[in-house]
Amino acid sequence: MNTLILRETTRVLFTLILVFSVATLLRGHDAPGGGFVGGLIASIACSLYVFVADPKDVRRLVRTDPLKTAAAGLSLAVLSGLIGILSGGGTFLSGQWVEIGGVKLGTPLLFDFGVYLVVVGAVLTFVLEIKEPAPEPPARGDK
Amino acid sequence: MSWLLAAAIVLPLACGILGLLLRPHRAMQQAVSLVAGIAHLGIATSLLVTVWREGILVVQVGGWPAPFGITLVADHLSAAMVLITSVMGAATIVYALCDIDERALVKDFHPPLQALIGAVCGAFLTGDIFNLYVWFEVMLIASLALLISGGRKAQLDGAVRYAALSLVATTLFLSGIGLLYGMTGTLNMADLHLRVQQVENQGLLSVVAILFIVAFGIKAAVFPLFFWLPASYHTPKVAVSAIFAGLLTKVGVYSMIRVFTLIFTHDVGYTHGILLWTAGLTMVTGVLGAASHNELRRILSFHIISQIGYMVLGLALFTPLALVGAVFYILHHIIVKANLFFVAGAAERLSGSSDLKTLGGVYREQPLLAALFFVPAFSLAGFPPLSGFWAKLLVIKASVESQQYWIAAVALAVGLLTMYSMTKIWVNGIWKARPASAEKPPPLSRANRALLLGPIICLAAMTLAIGLWPGPLYDLAERAGHEVMDPSNYVEAVLGRSETAALGAGAGVGE
Repeated sequence: MNTLILRETTRVLFTLILVFSVATLLRGHDAPGGGFVGGLIASIACSLYVFVADPKDVRRLVRTDPLKTAAAGLSLAVLSGLIGILSGGGTFLSGQWVEIGGVKLGTPLLFDFGVYLVVVGAVLTFVLEIKEPAPEPPARGDK
Repeated sequence: MSWLLAAAIVLPLACGILGLLLRPHRAMQQAVSLVAGIAHLGIATSLLVTVWREGILVVQVGGWPAPFGITLVADHLSAAMVLITSVMGAATIVYALCDIDERALVKDFHPPLQALIGAVCGAFLTGDIFNLYVWFEVMLIASLALLISGGRKAQLDGAVRYAALSLVATTLFLSGIGLLYGMTGTLNMADLHLRVQQVENQGLLSVVAILFIVAFGIKAAVFPLFFWLPASYHTPKVAVSAIFAGLLTKVGVYSMIRVFTLIFTHDVGYTHGILLWTAGLTMVTGVLGAASHNELRRILSFHIISQIGYMVLGLALFTPLALVGAVFYILHHIIVKANLFFVAGAAERLSGSSDLKTLGGVYREQPLLAALFFVPAFSLAGFPPLSGFWAKLLVIKASVESQQYWIAAVALAVGLLTMYSMTKIWVNGIWKARPASAEKPPPLSRANRALLLGPIICLAAMTLAIGLWPGPLYDLAERAGHEVMDPSNYVEAVLGRSETAALGAGAGVGE
């Protein structure tokens, strides 16, 4: 897999795909897109990088354990739901909005961002698990 | 008090996530799980108390009104199921502190367990049929993670069958939902109740009903779709199989009750007739399967199937008393069945075997454990005055009242065979002297013994209490049973009075 062409293309595509994934995430509020699709696109970028690089380098690049990224994403999604209750009046998951410099930001975006992280984290966990050499199986006999 | 509904689902899910974030720290994961279990018990109790006092609780999630948004509904049945789920969750968490203590297993146990509890509560509380499907999927993922944790060959073998059949079930479920949506244009179950009456092609509705019977039938492990259950339930750690045995199949039965009282009541003779045959065959095949096995957890797995038959029987008869019986049966059975798995696990830890051939000497060496086995085992068989006696009495009385004498006879005969099976375990596993070849395992520390026996004692005490004072549980089952038989309150609570009246009038014109 690790050819010169793939390596050089990935160098260009990696950033491009990541930017595109964020754009997809942001346009998802009113148009096709959103956290899930955005996350899938971002994980394509990460998977490409896993194919050409050593899994160790990928782990160093993303810094955190991908599973924890997914967990953090899930926490954000839950948090976006709780804001609806805590800000009074609303029920779980009801949307709350703030306006910063003419841009309306709200809990649905936070939820979508959480989903984005979950998808990236989960796919990266799978891909790294496949690429990395399998650990020794635990020494326990079958019954 | 409406936040209670969301809290019953969100708390376990959030604690599962927290467990994932705390992953390598064994003690912290256990602590979070324990606190979550106790808090959930509190939430579930106050939910049931609120529903008991004030009637059906409804929350429109995100403020989107029904039938467009997702509605969470707690009627007496849902609230009781949520409470029993959280009792099971707490018991499993305590039992697992001793049963699952290797670092490698703990990190993969508590997060999916919490997710499972959240998903099961979600399935019980949702008022939206597509949302029910989503909770089924979450449940499937969480239970698969629990099933394969440890990675032994037998576990993977069981997990593949479990996953394959569950995927078939959810696919059928999804197809059924699609067809139903195509016919009625709604997914809200209360709204569906009104709109299916306006559907012109009632034959197609029956076809969809069959899809739902098969889908929930696989989940509930009824005849002839049960074979994934005995193949997988004896393979994982005891704490895992106990919570599976207690809860998972019952979610299938609950969904059946919900759907076949709220949506598919257009041709009761046909759909519920099929359910009646299924119930009879499920009872018989389950108990015969149990008679042919020698490994404790395998015997108990087959008994789950046989007992599911009684619950489906309650639904199939479709009289108020029968549904009261079905609800009573589910609540009693969850406690008893999980407890039997706990006892089987404790017997294995304390005497070194779970095979009736090599097990023995429990009565002499562990008299307390023998007594604790007696309570759930003979309750399962329907021995008076334990809880199973009242449950069986209600279901059989209902079948005699609807003049289905043959099914009453089958239910009685299966009860007798269950008794035979339990006596077999008692004589061969508990009473018999330890075989000379069997090795005694090292004794457990006092703390570990308490962790294993504590949940067993609590659950056995509940079984005994229900047996001696069946009144309160009967009252609860009666309210729940009558509520599902007459869904007008449910529909009104979800949709509001005016909407219901308008649609009801529309239905009248449509007919």
